[in-house]
Amino acid sequence: MSLGPAEVAKIAHLARLAIREQDAPAYARNLSAILDLVAQMSAVDTTSVAPMAHPLDMAQRPRADEVTEANQREHFQAIAPRVEAGLYLVPKVIE
Amino acid sequence: MNLPSPTAMHDQTIARLGAGLAAGEFSSEELTRVFLARIEQFNPGLNAFITVTAESALAQARAADERRRRGEAGPLTGVPIAHKDIFCTNGVRTSCGSRMLDRFIAPYNATVVENLAAAGAVTLGKTNMDEFAMGSSNETSFYGPVRNPWDLDAVPGGSSGGSAAAVAARLAPGATGTDTGGSIRQPAALCGITGIKPTYGRVSRWGMIAYASSLDQGGPMARTAEDCALLLGAMAGFDRRDSTCVDRPVPDYVALLDRPLHGLKIGLPREYFGEGLDGEVARVVEAAITEYRKLGAEMVEISLPNSQLAIPAYYVIAPAECSSNLARFDGVRYGHRCENPKDLLDLYTRSRAEGFGAEVTRRILVGTFVLSAGYYDAYYLKAQQIRRLISDDFRRAFDQVDVIAGPTSPTVAFNLGEKVDDPITMYLSDIYTIAVNLAGLPGLSLPVGFVGQRPVGLQLIGNYFAEDQLLNVAHRYQQVTDWHQRSPVAFA
Repeated sequence: MSLGPAEVAKIAHLARLAIREQDAPAYARNLSAILDLVAQMSAVDTTSVAPMAHPLDMAQRPRADEVTEANQREHFQAIAPRVEAGLYLVPKVIE
Repeated sequence: MNLPSPTAMHDQTIARLGAGLAAGEFSSEELTRVFLARIEQFNPGLNAFITVTAESALAQARAADERRRRGEAGPLTGVPIAHKDIFCTNGVRTSCGSRMLDRFIAPYNATVVENLAAAGAVTLGKTNMDEFAMGSSNETSFYGPVRNPWDLDAVPGGSSGGSAAAVAARLAPGATGTDTGGSIRQPAALCGITGIKPTYGRVSRWGMIAYASSLDQGGPMARTAEDCALLLGAMAGFDRRDSTCVDRPVPDYVALLDRPLHGLKIGLPREYFGEGLDGEVARVVEAAITEYRKLGAEMVEISLPNSQLAIPAYYVIAPAECSSNLARFDGVRYGHRCENPKDLLDLYTRSRAEGFGAEVTRRILVGTFVLSAGYYDAYYLKAQQIRRLISDDFRRAFDQVDVIAGPTSPTVAFNLGEKVDDPITMYLSDIYTIAVNLAGLPGLSLPVGFVGQRPVGLQLIGNYFAEDQLLNVAHRYQQVTDWHQRSPVAFA
């Protein structure tokens, strides 16, 4: 599978990554090479093989629906880039 | 017992340092000062540490000495160690080797950090690593590459390259690492130390910054299997805060080290000794296998027929999980934020582009692509099916044999800069380690010789939760050989 700079730009948008235009051809080459490597998988017939999402066959543990964590908003917001009055600040979203 | 003299404290194993502390030969504070002085002396040339926590290390050491006076010490109490900078440490920068987290002060401790602290271990600092654990050479770190103590022109391996180099250079007697595709075992091999990736779920991932959540697992790196047994015993165990952590008793790994190997069946996968394996490395690995025969083990040739598909499947699954995990870095709640964003999209895209390096960017892009509409079945679903085939190969092999052995890495450490511009060649250096993560099995690397001055590692793969057996098999070898006692001359 070969990807060009335009496709890289589209994927980068989906991934919310600002890729500089001059870097797109190199990423396109790298990604195409990685997808060629990955394409080796298609040589194998996996029609009846059950996908394995996780290494251990285990069920998620349910727990009682109770509050187990204390509120640490100030502690956690102390490392935020920009906060005000207990809120995270971002550029204006709604005009 | 032969106790270490103060001048050679840095060259002792954790087991012997623990004995020295217990016998009152030296205090934890004295011991910690020895390692801090070595870090100060040697780290500028190696770049193994990103952050050194000298002040808190000395406070922890004094607390450990106090605990010992109260008669409450265990085998790790007062022993200094280092943590890979992927484990959150409360109040201490936890960078994950990335500009994204360059100024991130973790607000809590990882469970692994808590568990080792509860055992009384002293934290010397945080070790360098490939950015977000993505790399096999430690060259993708925002803080620059780590050098291999055996040869400063060589890479230490990755992604736990700082931990491996720190232990090999005797800047710390043990360290934590994490392994998603070989990131404990490959640097352990390339730096001539011992490291074990436990079964998925054996060690809590809580507070361990996620790369690929169905593959990531933390484990210890040290000089010997005995030291890894001591560290793993403290690290492992159930944690309700990690929903994939397994609720199963932790065996006394140290007590199980000495079992004889007579009659042990070791499987040698023919796929691990074929094309791509360096001839000199093959000779060293074969010599180790001969040693195991002398110890009474029986060799059985086996096949893991889908081995060549492990790297292709991994480079779908790991990037897919990475693209999803790293979506949390948005410049809003923590981590790097760009200057003067013009709108919300600009805030996201520039913060992420500035915060992530090239390899992390590549993997996020690959992961985003394979999960995008129209491609899921061809890539992600297919990779999960291949993952099942690889796992089934191992299940069949463990019907025939007790453990599997082979080279950890196809070559010894390569030169700095040699593969950094060629991602595919770099990926191939994990050819023997990646399948183990896909299956979720435990794997260990131990030093078994050299090619020139660069170390060679033997990989042992065990069945699920057979960490005790891997440590036992490695320990018996280390009782009759001395590769694990060699130290790089420049750091003697």
